[in-house]
Amino acid sequence: MNTIYADNAATTKISKTALAAMLPCFEENYGNPSSLHTVGQNAAEALFNARRTVAECLGCDPKEIIFTGGGSEADNQALLTGAELGARKGKKHIISDAIEHHAVLHSLKRLEKLGYEVTLLPVNGEGFVDPEDVRKAIRPDTALVTIMMANNEIGTIEPIKEIAEICHEKGVLFHTDAVQAVGHIPVNVKEIGCDMLSLAGHKFHGPKGVGALYARKGLLVSTLIEGGAQERGKRAGTENIPGIVGMAAALKEATDNLEANMAKITKLRDRLIEGLSVIPHSILNGPRDKRLPGNVNMCFEGIEGESLLLLLDQKGICASSGSACTSGSLDPSHVLLAIGRIHDVAHGSLRLSLCESNTEEEIETIIKAVPEVVDYLRRISPVWQDLQEGKRTYVIQ
Amino acid sequence: MLYSEKVMDHFTHPRNVGTIEDADGVGEVGNAKCGDIMKIFLKIKDGIIDDVKFSTFGCGSAIASSSMATEMIKGKPVSEALELTNKAVVEALDGLPAHKIHCSVLAEEAVKAAVKDYYDKNGIAYDPELFKDKHDCEHCGE
Ligand SMILES: Cc1ncc(COP(=O)(O)O)c(C=O)c1O
Repeated sequence: MNTIYADNAATTKISKTALAAMLPCFEENYGNPSSLHTVGQNAAEALFNARRTVAECLGCDPKEIIFTGGGSEADNQALLTGAELGARKGKKHIISDAIEHHAVLHSLKRLEKLGYEVTLLPVNGEGFVDPEDVRKAIRPDTALVTIMMANNEIGTIEPIKEIAEICHEKGVLFHTDAVQAVGHIPVNVKEIGCDMLSLAGHKFHGPKGVGALYARKGLLVSTLIEGGAQERGKRAGTENIPGIVGMAAALKEATDNLEANMAKITKLRDRLIEGLSVIPHSILNGPRDKRLPGNVNMCFEGIEGESLLLLLDQKGICASSGSACTSGSLDPSHVLLAIGRIHDVAHGSLRLSLCESNTEEEIETIIKAVPEVVDYLRRISPVWQDLQEGKRTYVIQ
Repeated sequence: MLYSEKVMDHFTHPRNVGTIEDADGVGEVGNAKCGDIMKIFLKIKDGIIDDVKFSTFGCGSAIASSSMATEMIKGKPVSEALELTNKAVVEALDGLPAHKIHCSVLAEEAVKAAVKDYYDKNGIAYDPELFKDKHDCEHCGE
């Protein structure tokens, strides 16, 4: 049985280019960039080149890139930075939205415990934040606005350029979690006008456990990890050279092929949405347009997502779900709830996230498999029986 | 692997799936809001569970727990079915992950609810203590 990997929003397979760039960093170029001898300085050069590459891909200066241990760390550092810079001026209010990744939401929870006040803006039924809501929420004591560039579950691409403009107009710092966007849609920090931006290597065919924080020149970045003077004193610890080099190579490859990949993946995505939408009582989560090229997310009424996933896995299809059962918590995905799906329906969600190596044939296999599994689970579901017998009313028409 | 082979077997090949039109007892527990509902149908002859069917809306372990529970009570006297514990279901499944134990509790409760329905319909006296809620879920309590 061939495996069809359709969970690229969770993580991606490393690209051959990235892997090839990494291997010498283990075998020959294994030095510590802080060492003054040749072996160390060769590693320092690799680090320098990687930083330049990442900066070029994002349209910024290499000095504006801080390498981190992944997307979560970049988000944590960005929020701490915004919070601490605000506190210096007595500003302790932060604005974000309801569908952020937990790396942001849980960082905000911590800041709340430290005395910050957080406003979480709602999103509309497709997951969009209204820039006017941001404008209205900004107060004289607002230190930071953090709104993600693209949502990891439902693929909504937020109007962050407008939001950044409003923030600048009002003199408020703006951070965006672009972990799902970088390498998938055009991301140029100067065009966006953000003060900080987070990214993670493993979402664009780079290695895991490495990411970056873009921080605009002149911004006094707070440190999460104290120690040596690496990353201009903003992130201590001997650099993950293989990871950083691999991430840079993957980002360059993704950026060079961005347009072609976007066109290809969008076509696959649209075919998949079309094919799955024929399932009765199903609904697309997130917008039809302004959506990440590879993201498909649907709810199927009357079934639960974890069982759907496991049965798809039995057919070789790797996907994910916003069901409570897959998260280990009582509640289904906060993102699905925020766009107005009720619990019963949110439990029956399926996310398929594609990349450029998925094929049309794979999409057709998924389009054939999902209805079979949905149908099977509905046949054994008392909820579905009640819906069919009119004892319960359909939420999804 | 998240689940044991037994769980996967009962999940992918559930036993006793379906409904019984003229059931003598029907029990439904859980709540769609929490992501699991189990419904058990009993056909009872001379105090013996002659046939049992289930339908379940829920995760893999909920479906496997229902399947296992029905298998464990089929052909048994009603009084014995009442002694089925969630622990016995978990053991028979070669274990469940900690956060899935509530699925086995639901299975135990579904069986009990079906027996209670049978008792109620037939005017059979019973000790209400036997049917006290065991699982606690903030949503189901609503
Ligand atoms: C939007 C978003 N932010 C942050 C993260 C966290 O990234 P990482 O797993 O690299 O820490 C992820 C990935 O799961 C994500 O999708």
